[in-house]
Amino acid sequence: MAKRVAIVGVGLTRATSHRVDVSYPELVYEAVSGALEQAGLQAGDIEAVAYGSMDPFDGVFAPERWNVEACAGAGVANLPLMKITTGGTTGGSTALAGYYHVASGMFDVVLAVASQRVGESLEAQLVLNTAVDPIYERWQGAGAITIAALQGVKHFWRYGTTEEDLALIAVKNYENARRNPYAHLMRMLTVEDALNTRVVSWPLRLSDCCPSSDGAVAVIFAAEKRARAIADQPAWITGAGQITDNYWAGDRTWYEDWDSLSMLARRVYRQAKIENPLVELDVAELYNAFSIQEIIEYEALGFCEKGKGAELIRNGVTTMQGDLPVCPSGGVLCTNPIGATGLIRVAEAALQVMGKAEDRQVPDVRKALAHAWGAVIGFHTLMVLSSEAP
Amino acid sequence: MTQEEENIIVPGRWDLPFRHTAGRIASHFFHALVEKRIIATRCPRCRRVLMPPRPFCERCFVPLDEWVEVKQQGTLEAFTVCYARFTGLPDPPYCLALVKLDGADTALNHLLGEAELEDVERMKETVRIGMRVEAVWRDEREGGIQDIKYFRPLA
Repeated sequence: MAKRVAIVGVGLTRATSHRVDVSYPELVYEAVSGALEQAGLQAGDIEAVAYGSMDPFDGVFAPERWNVEACAGAGVANLPLMKITTGGTTGGSTALAGYYHVASGMFDVVLAVASQRVGESLEAQLVLNTAVDPIYERWQGAGAITIAALQGVKHFWRYGTTEEDLALIAVKNYENARRNPYAHLMRMLTVEDALNTRVVSWPLRLSDCCPSSDGAVAVIFAAEKRARAIADQPAWITGAGQITDNYWAGDRTWYEDWDSLSMLARRVYRQAKIENPLVELDVAELYNAFSIQEIIEYEALGFCEKGKGAELIRNGVTTMQGDLPVCPSGGVLCTNPIGATGLIRVAEAALQVMGKAEDRQVPDVRKALAHAWGAVIGFHTLMVLSSEAP
Repeated sequence: MTQEEENIIVPGRWDLPFRHTAGRIASHFFHALVEKRIIATRCPRCRRVLMPPRPFCERCFVPLDEWVEVKQQGTLEAFTVCYARFTGLPDPPYCLALVKLDGADTALNHLLGEAELEDVERMKETVRIGMRVEAVWRDEREGGIQDIKYFRPLA
């Protein structure tokens, strides 16, 4: 039986296209010291570390070694450290690793850290291309943008979604990011501006695509007794999981629907005792690296029926004033340090439950959802955080 | 330390050579491409004809050793046209195309050529999901996926 676990501290870094003001360990120190400070803990309180990154974006193999001092002095304290790399879900998987360490009963206070300096890579799409099958597919030039564009073409074709709908998603996220000091893109964007940006890969324009960011994040997971002592309002994990989908791009008939995410959502909602996510969730931090994905995620996560995702944004349901604000942080669309991004979703959801999301706080959050996708859209992670213990 | 000091950037580079083993199934498929034949493996249990061919069926978890030849014409299942230039990737515009060849149950991930890609508006009118396409072969074939130059719209 899994032990009760809560998040008790979160540390985020400023994110820009290149944090030239800090070395890699300095960047990670910024996140970890922030999490320790928020939790009121010392480095010596940490019992184990889960570390996530996608090494090729950093151009450093095993950057967790470079950053081991910044992980609460894990080296000098001789702590156990586990490295996680699962594409875009790296941060989500790192959260799962932190959670499982504590839920197993083997550790009471665990630090989950994820980092990425995409800004140190001079061509992120070329790195992403190495994730594609080397025997049959890599030569074509596919990457993350083109796979998301396939989703867009099929969603437009099946459900009549439009470029204007994508622009509404972009405008909502850009607007939210302006209230988030940890966001990368923090500029005004109108629908007209969005529709005037260049087409990157049809139907995605520049405003439909995330930036390449430098950033890091740290999240502290604690067992029930410690969590209640550390935090006035811990963010309890009431549901969590990962799902894997098939490998071959051409085996997929579901580009417009993301069935694997629907399946994972059903599993995780069952754990969290959520029957109607649109009503019961108070906020969601989704992995919207590309605008079209946020619309497909609304549908796959059961916020609406298949094909009706665009209506939620047209009707303002997912804006800060709506029934279910999605990505008060501005989301992945405005900040994407790839390996860290999934853990940032968990961190932002935890901050909402803890009431510490400052200018981007949604009032009275009791249940928050954090999502990540990765591995050429073949992996997903979800975590539900609640104000009340399970 | 002063605020005015320049932040020094140290250059880095990964230039690592690799080689990737195709395996006996992909190798057999590539050898057939030299002869302008497109072949796929069929699962003895679920009877799906799997393209690109592979050594085992993921659903039934059984080895595949039955080969069938599929048609050189098929249907465009999904696509995108990339208009951005990325270092080390093909010159834009290029059209990534999922083509379900007649006789296959899954789509081959390839390129669409001889289509009007340059102008986005013109592309939107001419490249469509469900359109019929056919394989165009390279004159000099070397036993690889690029022996098929691209798929083009069927007139």
